[in-house]
Amino acid sequence: MKKLIIKGGRVIDPAQKMDAVRDILIEDGQIAAIGDAISADDAEVIDATGKLVTPGLIDIHVHLRDPGLEYKEDIVSGSKAAVHGGFTSIACMPNTKPVNDNLTVTEYILNKAALEGFCRVFPIASITKGMKGETLSEMGELKEAGCYALSDDGVPVANAEMMRRAMEYARPFGLVIATHAEHLELVGSGVMNDGPVATELGLKGIPWVAEDAATARDVMLSEFTGCRLHVCHVSTKGSVDIVRQAKKRGVPVTCEATPHHFSLTDDAVRGYNTNAKMNPPLRSDEDRQAVLAGLADGTIDAIATDHAPHHLDEKNVEFNIAMNGVVGLETALPLSLQLVRDGVIDLNRMVELLTCGPANALNLPVGTLEVGSPADVTVIDTDLKWTLTAQELASKSKNTPFDGWELQGTALCTIVDGKIAYKK
Amino acid sequence: MAFRHKHILGIEPLSAEDIQLILDTADSFKEINSRDIKKVPTLRGKTIINAFFEASTRTRLSFEIAGKRLSADTVNISGSTSSVVKGETLEDTARNIEAMSPDIIVIRHGHSGAPHYLADRVGCSIVNAGDGAHEHPSQALLDLMTIREHKGTLKGLEVAIVGDITHSRVVRSNIYALTRMGANVRLAGPGTMVPPGIERLGNVSVFHDLRDAIQDADVVMMLRIQMERQSKTLLPSLREYARFYGLNPLNLTLAKPDAIVMHPGPMNRGVEISSYVADGPQNVILNQVENGVAVRMALLYLVSGVDSMQDQ
Repeated sequence: MKKLIIKGGRVIDPAQKMDAVRDILIEDGQIAAIGDAISADDAEVIDATGKLVTPGLIDIHVHLRDPGLEYKEDIVSGSKAAVHGGFTSIACMPNTKPVNDNLTVTEYILNKAALEGFCRVFPIASITKGMKGETLSEMGELKEAGCYALSDDGVPVANAEMMRRAMEYARPFGLVIATHAEHLELVGSGVMNDGPVATELGLKGIPWVAEDAATARDVMLSEFTGCRLHVCHVSTKGSVDIVRQAKKRGVPVTCEATPHHFSLTDDAVRGYNTNAKMNPPLRSDEDRQAVLAGLADGTIDAIATDHAPHHLDEKNVEFNIAMNGVVGLETALPLSLQLVRDGVIDLNRMVELLTCGPANALNLPVGTLEVGSPADVTVIDTDLKWTLTAQELASKSKNTPFDGWELQGTALCTIVDGKIAYKK
Repeated sequence: MAFRHKHILGIEPLSAEDIQLILDTADSFKEINSRDIKKVPTLRGKTIINAFFEASTRTRLSFEIAGKRLSADTVNISGSTSSVVKGETLEDTARNIEAMSPDIIVIRHGHSGAPHYLADRVGCSIVNAGDGAHEHPSQALLDLMTIREHKGTLKGLEVAIVGDITHSRVVRSNIYALTRMGANVRLAGPGTMVPPGIERLGNVSVFHDLRDAIQDADVVMMLRIQMERQSKTLLPSLREYARFYGLNPLNLTLAKPDAIVMHPGPMNRGVEISSYVADGPQNVILNQVENGVAVRMALLYLVSGVDSMQDQ
């Protein structure tokens, strides 16, 4: 296989605390060397002078909609959107049709990704069969098949006893439980964040306590069982606080935040904008500030997109009946770089939140440029200004709240397993 | 002055001058309704579709009569008899209606924002006849017209609105309208029925005791408890509601002696309002209904953009 040299870039790899101008040699799909002035006669050279070079970005919260809902997205289009956004690894949620609660669906996803996909795909299996909250999925077999984590994302496990048993059973297998923490009775028929904007628009609100109460329950069950817990898309001041306090007590908990929750507030719903409808909902600015503080102080371990493609027909309807969710793979990097420009976090921390942070949260064997590791690398222009046009997204679905936004920063080259998967 | 609005999506986009113009226009139309021949040719040749996707008697009848008295052709469709029950989207329903070239669509819909959704997608004027818990502009305007008739002005009045604030589109429209015209709004309702941030919509104070809200009020507006809509978690019983939040002859004495009592209907007698008050000397409830026709005539006339109020 052809050798590849990435020359002269600023290499940031938080997993090995590296931040220096270096050359990277890639050989046989692995990082063969990192050093000064590496050369090889037979290598293709990528000039990264003045650019940022990082371990391939990792998004641990993606809905690929495949199998069963391919009209929204599939493994090919979703992984293509991923590499366009600089991601080399994505973890996909099990709410497909059928649900990924068994070996066959997991193998289908892994095989299709390996044969036709643009990047690594890590299937997340469901906690309970059919995500119905009634019976545990066959976690042992799912682990053997290649699942690192379990989640009933979108349909929280309502029954606390069920969640307790899931954690007790998952723990010896080393599986992580990723919780969509929302108390369903408190969510009720709410369609946006509860607060002044919901009152003004006459839309039913989802109060912050719906998230906080569920986060608290699952964090305490993690403390009780010792099972690794990952809290998906924290969006409230309270849930960030709950995770922060739990970490201080030594509870084995991690959490993620989405670019839409750290970039937008419920003001974006004004005009009944269905591309600002998602679950959990966009919150108040106080909540957004708390998420930013959590990103800065280490409470939040990962930036994850909750990439949730929906067909135009599912969004081009009255707000109350529009589907929840937005696409995010192709906008996460510039929105994260904005945090650096705004002084919320530094560049090293941003890279951590997009590489080893998410990898560690789900125990994924990726996220570093250490010699000998798989050659997943992203070359980034941190300054390039561009305007997002939703219709030009590589994803099949165009449901982004950032259409028309002036963005800054983009992936120039995405290398997966030593091969160039995307080049701008 | 000219009316610049193509649509009436709510009171929120309207200025005090807009509201003044609508009320003055309604005043001048009101006389038509007491004539022997209750019809003027103002909107002759115009087609108005009353698209009511949610149950309504009063508002729908009022809009229909308003259109007919202005000589427009009015056609009604309702949710239960339209293609909605066959799974057609609101956009497709609207486009099909539009293909028949109406001038105005009057829409009542259970989803907040449905009139805005239509206004973004069709070419004709949209008049909001109530959307979810968002706005009910014609109701607020007929309320203001009625208050103005009885009090001579709106400025400086103390207006108490009592009941289920959370689910009321009437409240939101009235807060905007009353505030813009210089009145002070006091709201009162049970803890489960006052939404967060309601005081930010205008010049509003919030109470949880009805007696505090109606103390020395010039106007007391009672809201319907929507028994058919609310979940059982919001109230212990209608009996308790009537005791703490119902208007009766005794607590009405706290308001100014000449205070007027209003209700947007339909009333739950003995729940939010006692029959002694509903039928008592201070009630102006049927005035509201009467003025509803004049206000809706004014709205249809103003959004249709015809040049003059010819031949009244």
